[in-house]
Amino acid sequence: MKRWLLAVPLGAFLVLAVLLYRGLYLDPAQLPSALIGKPFPEFSLPDTQGQRTLTRADLLGKPALVNVWGTWCVACRVEHPVLNTLAEQGVLIYGINYKDDNVAARRWLADYHNPYTLDINDKDGSLGLNLGVYGAPETFLIDARGVIRHKWVGVIDQTVWREQLAPLYQALLDEARP
Amino acid sequence: MKRWLLLSTLLLSLSGVARAAIDTYQFANDQMRERFHQLTQQLRCPKCQNQDIADSNAPIASDLRREIHRLLTEGKDDGQIIEFMVDRYGEFVRYKPALTARTGLLWFGPAVLLVVGVGVIALTLRRRRRQPATSPRDLDPAERARLAALLAQKPLDEDRP
Repeated sequence: MKRWLLAVPLGAFLVLAVLLYRGLYLDPAQLPSALIGKPFPEFSLPDTQGQRTLTRADLLGKPALVNVWGTWCVACRVEHPVLNTLAEQGVLIYGINYKDDNVAARRWLADYHNPYTLDINDKDGSLGLNLGVYGAPETFLIDARGVIRHKWVGVIDQTVWREQLAPLYQALLDEARP
Repeated sequence: MKRWLLLSTLLLSLSGVARAAIDTYQFANDQMRERFHQLTQQLRCPKCQNQDIADSNAPIASDLRREIHRLLTEGKDDGQIIEFMVDRYGEFVRYKPALTARTGLLWFGPAVLLVVGVGVIALTLRRRRRQPATSPRDLDPAERARLAALLAQKPLDEDRP
């Protein structure tokens, strides 16, 4: 028997152990979005205030965060103050009010301040479906041409913003600058 | 009596568990209904990750069922419907992953392992057959002398009671 053959089981074990160890720290709830690199879907929906109809063209021109939220979403309440802070810092945020009661949504925005430059009222979830939304909050990062560049599932807090999203947003800003 | 009880329990356990969230959808024909059931069982709920969308009560699963019903009514075929879902939710929603370069290992890995295993066993067996039970080697003179000395020695425990 060749000596090196004895090392094969050990090698196999090590490979498996590394894979499983890595698996411990993967979050199965974080699905990679199928829409990265694809254009933001077409839509034609009213805004939450019911004043005008918004389409995809309204989101073009500048890089922005597109935040999917609802008053039924507990985590969105946690996220909301962070979005307010970001909006004050000049980050462009669009909202998608996903499958929500319009009256409750308006009250929410009146009570807790409105960080959204535009807020789309996606009452029956059709835009959410085209975006592959499966919960809220979810946030998409789109570039100036309306291409989806990144997706964050879950609450954006200061750490997430600072460490993950801010650099990406800054990169999109730099890219948009001629 | 007891036997009947046992039998009926067994039969009961055989009947498939009724597992489907309750929706009322109208279908043009039974074939379409059957396709609806198959599709909803092939697609995974993105939110509640270990359920298919037929089984799940999550709002998203209900939305996806409604969407599948709509697409079926529009006359889309199964491939188009699955593609529709994959375009939005990614490969994740398929319980049966598509055969691509990335999923090759998943599809063929077990077969490859099996072939390698059988190969190793076959090789080992052949090697053993080629060199049949090795006859014990003859002792050289020095070993013989040592063996004789050992045999001549008094067993250690001879003196004990």
